[in-house]
Amino acid sequence: MSASAVHSLWTTAAEPIAKIDAPKIEYGQLSPTLIVVGAAIVGVLVEAFVPRKHRYYAQLFVSVVALAAAFAAVVALAADGYGTTKARIAAMGAIAVDGPALFLQGTILLAALVGLFTFAERRLDPEAHGNRVDSFAAQAASVPGSDSEKAAVKAGFTTTEVFPLLLFAVAGMLVFPSANDLLTLFIALEVFSLPLYLLCALARRKRLMSQEAAVKYFLLGAFASAFTLFGIALLYGYAGSVSYGTISQVVDGTVKNVNPALADTMGNDALLLIGTALIVMGLLFKVGAVPFHMWTPDVYQGAPTPVTGFMAAATKVAAFGALLRILYVVLPGLRWDWRPVMWGVAVITMLGGAIVAITQTDIKRLLAYSSIAHAGFILAGVIATTPDGVSSVLFYLAAYSFVTIGAFAVVTLVRDAGGEATHLSKWAGLGRRSPLVAAVFAVFLLAFAGIPLTSGFAGKFAVFKAAAEGGAGPLVVVGVISSAIAAFFYIRVIVLMFFSEPKPEGPTVAVPSPLTMTAIGVGVAVTLVLGVAPQYFLDLANQAGVFVR
Amino acid sequence: MSFPLLTATAALPAIGAVATAAVPAARRNAAKSLALLVSLGTLALAIAVLVRFDPDGSRYQLTESHAWIADFGVRYELGVDGIAVALIALTALLIPFIILAGWHDADPLETGSKRWRPTQGFFALMLAVEAMVILSFEATDVFLFYIFFEAMLIPMYFLIGGFGDRAHEHGEQAASTQRSYAAVKFLLYNLVGGLIMLAAVIGLYVVAGSFSLTEIADARANGSLHMATSTERWLFLGFFFAFAVKAPLWPLHTWLPNAMQESTAPVAVLITAVVDKVGTFAMLRFCLQLFPEASKWATPAILVLALISIVYGALLAVGQRDIKRLVAYASISHFGFIIMGIFAMTSQGQSGATLYMVNHGISTAALMLVAGFLISRRGSRLIADYGGVQKVAPVLAGTFLIGGLATLSLPGLAPFVSEFLVLVGTFSRYPAIGIIATFGIVLAALYTLVLYQRTMTGPVKAEVSAMPDLRARELAVVAPLIVLLIFLGVYPKPLTDIVNPAVQQTLSDVHQKDPRPEVEAAK
Repeated sequence: MSASAVHSLWTTAAEPIAKIDAPKIEYGQLSPTLIVVGAAIVGVLVEAFVPRKHRYYAQLFVSVVALAAAFAAVVALAADGYGTTKARIAAMGAIAVDGPALFLQGTILLAALVGLFTFAERRLDPEAHGNRVDSFAAQAASVPGSDSEKAAVKAGFTTTEVFPLLLFAVAGMLVFPSANDLLTLFIALEVFSLPLYLLCALARRKRLMSQEAAVKYFLLGAFASAFTLFGIALLYGYAGSVSYGTISQVVDGTVKNVNPALADTMGNDALLLIGTALIVMGLLFKVGAVPFHMWTPDVYQGAPTPVTGFMAAATKVAAFGALLRILYVVLPGLRWDWRPVMWGVAVITMLGGAIVAITQTDIKRLLAYSSIAHAGFILAGVIATTPDGVSSVLFYLAAYSFVTIGAFAVVTLVRDAGGEATHLSKWAGLGRRSPLVAAVFAVFLLAFAGIPLTSGFAGKFAVFKAAAEGGAGPLVVVGVISSAIAAFFYIRVIVLMFFSEPKPEGPTVAVPSPLTMTAIGVGVAVTLVLGVAPQYFLDLANQAGVFVR
Repeated sequence: MSFPLLTATAALPAIGAVATAAVPAARRNAAKSLALLVSLGTLALAIAVLVRFDPDGSRYQLTESHAWIADFGVRYELGVDGIAVALIALTALLIPFIILAGWHDADPLETGSKRWRPTQGFFALMLAVEAMVILSFEATDVFLFYIFFEAMLIPMYFLIGGFGDRAHEHGEQAASTQRSYAAVKFLLYNLVGGLIMLAAVIGLYVVAGSFSLTEIADARANGSLHMATSTERWLFLGFFFAFAVKAPLWPLHTWLPNAMQESTAPVAVLITAVVDKVGTFAMLRFCLQLFPEASKWATPAILVLALISIVYGALLAVGQRDIKRLVAYASISHFGFIIMGIFAMTSQGQSGATLYMVNHGISTAALMLVAGFLISRRGSRLIADYGGVQKVAPVLAGTFLIGGLATLSLPGLAPFVSEFLVLVGTFSRYPAIGIIATFGIVLAALYTLVLYQRTMTGPVKAEVSAMPDLRARELAVVAPLIVLLIFLGVYPKPLTDIVNPAVQQTLSDVHQKDPRPEVEAAK
């Protein structure tokens, strides 16, 4: 008896098991993210195996190459038409490769590259025991003021881990605006948030303040993440899927395959509304919109200034990208419900940020509140719910990131014995001491204020125009009123720099290495180019203004 | 393509500003000479514009049009009508005198100081202002106009806040504080006005779908663009508010006395004689053309505000103790006349208003610059610190008198013609307002002559007894202005020929005809 015949005595052949398809991953379309993640892992290995004295240069090299390569990949994808005609959903429906995603990824990568230069700056702080130091703690694990910290400083340790941390954060930010299902969105949120919490705690000077900032950011951020996750669960209950496309179909009432297990709850509007509110809340936390802005001033002030600059620019870009995609792809059918709420948020964000900023006496806190006001302006564009709304927000984000990084880079230059002199009174008369630095900072402030011929004006005009065309005229009026209020405190800093008498014990302006100079130079150049000849970039944003569904 | 004359007229001072700022710190005098040369070159270009302009030709001439920011519907569109030509000529004419008058105003206090280079900055900022003012007179694209209307605030702000009179009764620290207060007040008033205008500019685009002045005006005229009455009124108010701050019209005027008092005399002239004209010019060009119905709707209120400006400005001028503040309040009074002329909606009124802009520019420049020379000699702005100057410095006193007489519109000097036209134009439509406005002239005589009497006549005060008379440079500033005042006072025809056709076109935009004379109507 043959083996098979024996076998068939007591068994019967089952139906062939359906094969589990190996997931199909479009590596080429995901290459920007993959390059950055890969480089981040290489960075961890460098940290483990490369001798300490070579680490800084190795890390810097890996990071610069990775960011540049990822940017090149984004450009190649865009040139290949993935932003427009070939826009598609990749990685089994998890990632969208489309215009907004590529535009925002490009912006994040460039902002990260410029931000990286300020991370790598080692000439501003005076040398400690003959070693060049950067803005980061010598050894993060040592207790501030302890002997082990002194020993670490004396040994010339530097926290080169900041480079892989930055890359991980960037990787998360790249996925965040392109996530096409809610779980990917959540994972991306965590991937970019956790490194940022850590980076915030790593300041070399004022370490306690920095750690306090990190704890605040972490706790509030954890709350926001929990809200988001809860909202995701509710939306899953509502739609029976975490995929953006399916949820939007359920919202529109055009869904085809109903998940039998969820048939009872599917289409329950309570789940939809609460779930949406919770997810949007989490995203508004990340963009720093009122009333979820409480963390912004403390974190911006406490974090090492290069981190603040990077975070202020790139987080905002990523979070607004995700917000746009959720509101425009998942929830357009719900816009009559979310628009009134967002109107309210935009109004109090614009006014709140601008009004509270007036009373600030610390330049970093001032810029924090200014970033809140700017979040409000961008929200006005989000509310437009028109194609122009998308492209104007994209343009605004690109313009805003470079001004922000440049402005914070200038803040790192103005120093006294205690490190950066961030108290406003110390900036008095800076224009007489160092006209060039003050003039550059004035350019950034004027761009923040939205004075014509700067990128800030072009961006503000774009979002306000989109908002007005989208039927949000009153929002535009609130917007210009807040701009006027905001102009007051930007101008106050200029007055202080140029028209006040310098203090005898005032801060000095450190001469930076070419790294920071590049960061500031790029900031000024982008500010002026986007202000005077924005057409090319507006075209780019226009072409990129269509989401894939 | 023909030579872009309008662009060149604005580009030359803009490039000159950059070049002046780039002159090395030690070569201070080279920077001054360069700035003066550039401003003279700009004057030559402005004269070329004047020559090439044909008063009886099409409405906008020497037009240029290029794509700029297609996404916003913004084009780089320039074109001038007679009103713009006159004001460009005024601007280009005054700047060289302003630069010459301010020759030493920005010299560093301590010699050999390398830390701060105010001199280059002072003249570069002036040229930058000139470029932006000229562009805003030329722009026929609302957005383009808005950009320069707003952007010129920044160099003006630094000119006011960064450079003040040398001497100050309360010491340098107090002077610096007051100066920055004045600069901030100037900026905030104008910025708020500008931002409100921004909302209206966006609203206009949403309604009209274009920023081109000619396109919108044509569409309005042939009825293809309809605006709801309330929309038109809101947009009009948005625009008018910004221009009324700039002009300045009561009750938005309070920044002007501060700004003029604290800045040096040449900068004060720049503010009142050049920059503020953009406000009144824009009322004529944009408010009336874009929103004719709303302009008519708002006329009564605006005329009343203008009337208050005239009387209030003049009354406050009478009571001033500070020479520069006095001139500032006098200017507020004069801007009231200009705005009244514009909104009287008669051809005499608007021609008069346009002439008034030019003549007020020249006469204020003459008066204020001489006042500046006077103040720099004594180191005080207070009228009470002077007395009997005419015995010590007769030429200075004489030119001051002529400037003053021009300010009070003495017949034979240029401002008389324009003030007379404004009053006649207003009277023919609104007799009561015309009559009350006439009191402004009486008060003008009072504040000017009392100023002259207190400072120049009477016993010679000890502090002024050694006062030198006008130097050659100062005389070179004042003499041409006075010649011009007399020439335009006796023979204003060249100016009126340029201005009148443009005024007629503007009036036809608002569908207004001159009221028929009473005698004819009675027949």
